[in-house]
This record gives sequence, structure tokens and C-alpha cells, in this order.
Amino acid sequence: MIHARGLARTYKTRRGDVDAVRGVDLDVEAGEIVGFLGPNGAGKTTTLRMLTTLLAPTRGEATVAGADLRGDPGAVRRRIGYVAQSGSTSGEARAGEEVVDHAQLYGVHRAAAAARGRELFGQLELDGLWDRKCSTLSGGQRRRLDIVMGLIHTPRLVFLDEPTTGLDPQARANLWTHVRGLRDERGSTVFLTTHYLDEADALCDRILVIDHGTIVAEGTPEELKQQVSGDAVVLTASTASDAARVAAIAAQLPGASAPTVDGTLVEVRVPQGRTLLMGLLRTLDAEQLELDGVELRRPTLDDVFLTLTGRSLRDGEQPNPDPDAQDGAAA
Amino acid sequence: MTTTTSTPATSALADEARGRSTFVRDTLTVFRRAMRISLRNPVWGVMGLLQPILYLSLFGPLLEPLAPALGATNAYQLFVPGLLVQLGMFGALFVGFGLIGEWRDGVIEAERVSPAPRSALVLGRVLRDVLVVLVQGIVLVAVAFLFGLEAPFWGIVLGVVTAALLAASFASFSYAVALNLKSEDALAPLMNGVALPLLLLSGILLPITAASAPAWLNTLSNLNPIKHVVSGIRAQFDGQIGTPTALWGSALTLALAAVGLWFGTRTFRREDG
Repeated sequence: MIHARGLARTYKTRRGDVDAVRGVDLDVEAGEIVGFLGPNGAGKTTTLRMLTTLLAPTRGEATVAGADLRGDPGAVRRRIGYVAQSGSTSGEARAGEEVVDHAQLYGVHRAAAAARGRELFGQLELDGLWDRKCSTLSGGQRRRLDIVMGLIHTPRLVFLDEPTTGLDPQARANLWTHVRGLRDERGSTVFLTTHYLDEADALCDRILVIDHGTIVAEGTPEELKQQVSGDAVVLTASTASDAARVAAIAAQLPGASAPTVDGTLVEVRVPQGRTLLMGLLRTLDAEQLELDGVELRRPTLDDVFLTLTGRSLRDGEQPNPDPDAQDGAAA
Repeated sequence: MTTTTSTPATSALADEARGRSTFVRDTLTVFRRAMRISLRNPVWGVMGLLQPILYLSLFGPLLEPLAPALGATNAYQLFVPGLLVQLGMFGALFVGFGLIGEWRDGVIEAERVSPAPRSALVLGRVLRDVLVVLVQGIVLVAVAFLFGLEAPFWGIVLGVVTAALLAASFASFSYAVALNLKSEDALAPLMNGVALPLLLLSGILLPITAASAPAWLNTLSNLNPIKHVVSGIRAQFDGQIGTPTALWGSALTLALAAVGLWFGTRTFRREDG
């Protein structure tokens, strides 16, 4: 559904060229939900804007929804939906009218657009807001309206840029259900960026991690977690001297990292901690070591992130996206 | 993807509907949306209609005694063409402000990611502005009749249409500049900076002629296309529809509108290269 090779974008600024995206290769197959993760300024939005024809790539090429990005941007536009971070509706206009007008730009007839729009309003819990002025909607409602705008023409490929930013937990969970429905019921392909690791974890079949303008890792959430950090086994010994003995035994586990001891707390990282835990407990028991607690912590995507990029994804979670947000002014 | 098996029928339907030319339809969609939003703003509508009336009633009387000195038998025949041009300019110069608001709301980006022709995105909005100026122009002329305007019907029609075309040019220009600057704070001084010399050198309020102005000022004003547009409309109001002055004014207005629309479309298109 998306095949990009060497996609790059360089901005010219007064202080010289800035490589926002340095050459991205990516493949997304039909029916996948792919998450695009990266810290702020990593090139997420720039890549997304190139793939959606809004920004001409400096180098590289791509096929999006079966059409050549450079050669036939019109065909790309007809086949994709894009929910941008910046919103899509005028505060002065009424919600339903914005939706119907937008659909018409895709050649959907007014009646069909209104019917589909009301259906989407229902699914995204916007019932009763059809005739409301957009500026009177809450942040979360306006965000969901953006999603209606992006889906109104039933695109086969949907790009979502930070779709759940500003939504409350219930609305987020709701949206996840809807995104899964897009794939399961309509066979759409979804490409989304997100700051929320739990979102990527829960929603995405596959994750691409971008940093400094290149893709640094890709795989299923499980693959990424295993590849990077392994599981954390946290054991609470009854005394500090026991803790040292526990650590010595834990260090024997195959592939174990050097255990850290903090008071009575012993932490060790091992690949496949789940399968090794039982054996470890038996050994400890045979050594007459009592434990006050056992915890197995699966790696989070944040661990993955920290390892891959040296930064936490949560660093600087401001609304300020990639540097290209203001690119038009510089151009 | 031709291999997509589960593409819903509605998407295929949308694709098929694109087969015919979409320029006209998309232009009308953008126009209707812009018009609807404008009409919902009552202050905007009232002020738009009040403006020409204020000009006529507060400035017109000053001109009446001056008319013979300026070589006109009817003060309003001289004055209304200038007001029409001013309407065309100032009714359209600041439409870019609204566009910056829309850009900030993400509307422009959402439209640009749709398959609508970029020219339709500009022209739809410009048509709204043209229609507004057309209505204001008609009100202006109607009120001017109450004040004592005398002019041939077809001359008035052509004059109002010329003012509306001028509005198309300035509106496109305003949209293009707005989308380049993306800042109201930068747009306002720039537009005023452009408009003021154009206005002063156009002879809108007082005609600039070899007799009435120093030679350098007259020469400078002759370089201003707006002056020729005003002269053209004055000729039309004087019943000289086929004269070189009138035709030259109309041709220049058409050219300005074409350049404006080209510039506007180019700006909407540019970022996708």
C-alpha cells in the first residue's frame, strides 16, 4: 500500500540546509495498521506530509495506494485520507456542513456524504453536533470531527497524525476500536503517528521507529521489545545479605545482564524472562533463600525507545511537532 | 491498489465520480462554503452594505461644488466610478485575513490533500469576494441615484462589472500573500503599504491630469494601472463605452484579474511542487 525508497526532505534555512528526513525506506502492506514513532523533530510529520502529497520530496520516490507519488499525486489524493495534527475545520463553520463540503471535493454526492457523515458522527460519539458551530465544540469533539473529515470519502489508506492527542481515555479507547474497525470491516490500511506507547502497543500490527530522519527500527511491538531489552525480573530478598546471594544466582541465568542490587531489591534483565522464572525460583528455594516478592516486568516500548534513540518518547511532549510545521513561511 | 479486494463500494463510487471534470463543481463547492460562512456573520453583512452609503453621504456632498472645476456636469458621475474602484480594491485587499484563520484551523491543508484542483480552491473563494463587491456596487449605484447620479444604464453595468473584476484581482493577490506570510501582523502593513500609493496615484477622489497635477506626479500616476481602470469606468459612466479609454480600462482589469488568479493558484499549488 505504501512503498517508499530513499524519501528525503531538506529545508533551506538562513543557517544552511536542514535534513528533516534523510532517506526513509518503508513498506506498508494492505490491511496493516502501522505505527510511526519518534521523538519530536525526528521527521514523522515531514514524512507523513510527503506521503500525502503536501510536501514535495527533495529526493527519493514512493508509491502510495498504488499511485506514483511524484507522477500522479491526484490519484494518491483520491485514494487516501489524512487527519492532520493541525485540524481541518473552520471554527466559523458548522460541523456537518464542513463534512459534506469536504466529501464533495472527493466527488461524493451531497446526500451520500450526509448519510455517511451522520453514520460516522454516531460511531465517534458526535451525535447531536451536526449543526453546531465548530468553535463551540470541545477539543476532543473537534479532534473526532477531524477524523470524520479524514474518513468521509472512505479512503482505502488512512494517515492519522497523532489522532488521539487531547482525547480523554475513554474517547481514545473508542477511537482505537474505530481504527481497528476500519481495518477489520473495511479492509483499510492505517498509518499513524503517535506519542502514546500504549497506543502503538495496543493498536499497531507493526511499528516503525524514526529518529534523526531515518528509520532506526521496525517490527511488531513484541519483536521490538525482545530485540532490545529483554524482561526485567525484580526480586525482593528478605535481607540485604540475602540480596547479594540472590543477585549471584540470578547472574547465572542465560543471557542475563549484570544484576543491580538496591537494598533488598535485586533487578536483572533476561531475554524470555517468563520461561526462566520458574527455574530461577526453584534454584533460590533449594538454596533456602526466602523472597518477599517477585515481579516480572515486560519491557515497554519506552524501554525500546530509550535504547534506540537515547531519548524517552515522553521527553518534550509539547504540541510543537516537527520543524516543518512552519515551513511554508520559510519557503 | 488493484489487488485490494475489500475496498468498499463507496470509495469506488467516489473514484468514478472523478471521471468528469471537477473544476467547476469544486469551485462551486468552495464558493458555497465561503459564502455560507460569510452570510452567517451579521456584522460583516451590515458593514459591507453600510460602507458605500457612508462614503456617498459623508464625502459626496463635498464634491458637488467642485464638479464644474473638474470638468464634470454631474459630481456623482465623476465620484461614483472612483468609489466603485475603491470598493473593488478595499473590499478585496483584506480577505487574506480570513484565509490565515482558515490556514491556522487546518482547513487549507485539508483542502490541499483533497484531489480538488488548486485553482478551484482559490477561485471559489474569489467568487465569493466578487459577488460581495458586486452587491455592494449595486447598492452604491442605487443610493447614488438618490443623491442625483446621472449615467447611462449600460455604462453603469460595465462599471460595476469592472469593479468586481478588479476585486477578483485584489482578492487573489491577498490570498496569495496571506498564504505566503501566514501572519496577520505582517499582512496588514504590507497590504496598506501597497494600497495607499495605488489609491493616491489613481485619481480616485480627485482626478490627476496634466492640468491638475505637477508633471512628475502625472507621469507617476500614469504608471499606475488603477488610474486607467478608474478612467475607464468614468468613460463608461459618461456613455463612451467603445472609446479607447474605456476599452483600455477593461482590458487592464481583465489582465490584472488573470495575473492575480495565476499568482493565487501558484501559491496554493507550490508546497506540493
